Amino acid sequence: MLKQKILISGNEAIAEGALQAGCSFYAGYPITPQNELIAYMAKHMPKKGIFIQAESEPAAINMVYGASAAGARSMTSSSSPGISLMQEGISYIAGAQLPSVIVNIMRGGPGLGNIAPAQSDYFQATRGGGHGDYHLIVLAPGSAQEAYDLTQTGFDLADKYRIPVMILGDGILGQMMEPVTLSTKKIKVNPAKSWALSGCQGRKPNIAKSFFLREGDLETFNLKLQKNYELIKNKEERYESLFVADAKVILVAYGTMARIAKTVVSQLRSVGKKVGLIRPITLWPFPQKPFNLKNKRTKFLVTEMSYGQMVDDVKLAVNGRNKINFLGRSGGGVPSQEELISKISKLL
Amino acid sequence: MEKIFSRPESLYDLPTHYCPGCGHGIAHRLVAQVIDELAVREKTIGIAPVGCAVVAYDYWNFDCSEAAHGRALAVATAIKRVHPNNVVFTYQGDGDLAAIGTNETIHAANRGENLTVVFINNAVYGMTGGQLAPTTLLGQKTSTSVEGRDKEKHGYPLKISEMLALLPGVVYVERVSLESPQEVLKAKRAIKQAFENQINKLGFSLVEILSPCPTYWGLSPKDSLEWIKNVMQKEFPLGRIK
Repeated sequence: MLKQKILISGNEAIAEGALQAGCSFYAGYPITPQNELIAYMAKHMPKKGIFIQAESEPAAINMVYGASAAGARSMTSSSSPGISLMQEGISYIAGAQLPSVIVNIMRGGPGLGNIAPAQSDYFQATRGGGHGDYHLIVLAPGSAQEAYDLTQTGFDLADKYRIPVMILGDGILGQMMEPVTLSTKKIKVNPAKSWALSGCQGRKPNIAKSFFLREGDLETFNLKLQKNYELIKNKEERYESLFVADAKVILVAYGTMARIAKTVVSQLRSVGKKVGLIRPITLWPFPQKPFNLKNKRTKFLVTEMSYGQMVDDVKLAVNGRNKINFLGRSGGGVPSQEELISKISKLL
Repeated sequence: MEKIFSRPESLYDLPTHYCPGCGHGIAHRLVAQVIDELAVREKTIGIAPVGCAVVAYDYWNFDCSEAAHGRALAVATAIKRVHPNNVVFTYQGDGDLAAIGTNETIHAANRGENLTVVFINNAVYGMTGGQLAPTTLLGQKTSTSVEGRDKEKHGYPLKISEMLALLPGVVYVERVSLESPQEVLKAKRAIKQAFENQINKLGFSLVEILSPCPTYWGLSPKDSLEWIKNVMQKEFPLGRIK
């Protein structure tokens, strides 16, 4: 079969990736800048699948809870204020160990903020976001192609570890149109789930729950979750690194910000400046390996569309071995190539 | 000798955690009996609420899901859409269905989701210590309406069943009571009707059950039944609403 290359936005690429992954249930509520995603799902969800425009974000995430409990590959999408509203449901999904995919196309905050792209929900995404000791796997695509690919990966990881997975993008990634090569493989088959709710014919009843009232039970359950998180940390770190070996300054950026950083790195390399890039693809688990450098004089420059959130994880990963600098803007501001180059030249 | 009455297969042989005189045990049993009679135990998926009945799945012998407080009908909507040939019902209290979950309730009903709702109205929040519920009667004392419900401060008892009956997606609404054996039998008939409607793919059906909470009414179990009959049923009249 010929490879099919189409021009679509990041939002549509996520939707198309979900459908390719066999997502058969989508519930969402309109919010800018992710409206192309909900519209794409409404238009392209196959007849056997289910699309629901929910009455609110809490309803949408609880529908995803129900569909996941029923064994379907299910997804919702929203943007920052809507994701805040979903936090209760995400905590329940994590507690009931239900695989599901949640997309956050971030916009400016706090509060109603604005509809400009931002990366200021990093803490919320990587620290769980809701109540309780839990994590989501957080995937941060840097292009429409990667949005398409990582969404499929997200569904597989969700099923493999029985965990909610967040696709964390921003308004630029969501809205920007880029060529995407579509998979020529058949749509994925939803793996069988022995724990799912389907009626107890021929087996004992299954229960989807996160309530453990008896003394000691919740601690035992939480330790089981923690064991799963440790396994994920050991197996699922993903990152890209570029010109790191001899770099004097290594930029650290994810998503849209990494696109800008990459341009800066190639510009500076072309004039002989020793600059590199680490681009975390999993934000949780945060990649540890690339930050363990032999050369203690190499400096890091973390750049984000926020006032410094991922930089905390870089500090934890570097653990005092190297100097860490930061450049960030938020609320619609995006660090420019010029701002980055000026900051880097002071560090070189 | 022929055995003509026994525990339904859908109900485990366990003592419940409910207070003496509480209506949940009866309501759980009625649901279990109906599911047995309709022979759908192996197809049934129940949604337990947040509230006193949160561990209803410890007593019911079929697939169940928890839902966050008020979200049972969003969870049920998705489960039923994924498994349209299964029998899906929610079991919710007044705080769950008519306060924190009002949005989910109204919209699931308005979409005409083919679901069955068992709605327990005991006019208080039981699990958390007897606070004012949307269904608390005027003058009724609770831990958060210490002088009694005052229409100026707290508004009126919410008649959510009558509100839902206005929606075209809703096919059946009936209010029943657990105040006497006769009324319990009527309650069972209504629950059965609500499940049959779903099996016949007719749409959204709800049974509101006036249920005693002696602990937070400050009454004996017997006086609680009298209170339902003489006081609560005046505000919430029994019978088919739609």
